[in-house]
Amino acid sequence: MELSLATRVVAAHTVLEVGGEVDVYTAPKLRERIGELLESGVTAVVVDLARVDFMDSTGLGVLVGAQRRARTAGATFGVVCSRESLLKIFRITALDQVLPLYPSVDAATAS
Amino acid sequence: MATVRLEFTPEPAHVRTARLVGVAVARRAGVPDDQLDEVRLAIGEACARAVARHQRVGLRDVVSVAFSDGDRYVVQVWDHADDEEQITVDVSASLLQAIVKDLQVRPLEGGPGTEVQMAWPVRRASRLGR
Repeated sequence: MELSLATRVVAAHTVLEVGGEVDVYTAPKLRERIGELLESGVTAVVVDLARVDFMDSTGLGVLVGAQRRARTAGATFGVVCSRESLLKIFRITALDQVLPLYPSVDAATAS
Repeated sequence: MATVRLEFTPEPAHVRTARLVGVAVARRAGVPDDQLDEVRLAIGEACARAVARHQRVGLRDVVSVAFSDGDRYVVQVWDHADDEEQITVDVSASLLQAIVKDLQVRPLEGGPGTEVQMAWPVRRASRLGR
């Protein structure tokens, strides 16, 4: 399954729902979409990975870059992830210490 | 020992194909189900690395991959880029080193490029049951 992207607003946060596979081919589309959101003036971005089946290091790089861009733009940034196979790669790369990870959209938007 | 070989032009879109083929061969080889996610990730990382190496130097030659089903499941990824960048410092390398216990990265003997070789144990019972 290739990448799917959809946005919705929850408690004044723009939630970007990501589905499918985030890899070296599809990650640029994710980077572009997050960039569009930040450039449009969104002040709170939550990337929801609940429907992501697979993510590689390119996807991790996009999330780290997005966090940096959000900070520069004065926006908050969070990542929703509860799937163990994805959490494992965050832990391996120590990015669980860098990225604000939440178990659910509710938790991310309540922060 | 059975081997499946794959060659693809160095484009990111083909990395997914390599992952799919690699996991299918791994399953048939008897790699335990609970290791297939790691196999998929490792093949993707190794192939993406090869594509990136070719693209950095503008090389259009194909990237080659071999999936071998023997006493172990062995995946070899060959690039042919004359690229000095080594697999040591990036996130991709961290991932590969963490998820593949049997990992070797070495220069190609016959010219520019590198070989990434990864291996996983297989279940004997699964192999006999094929």
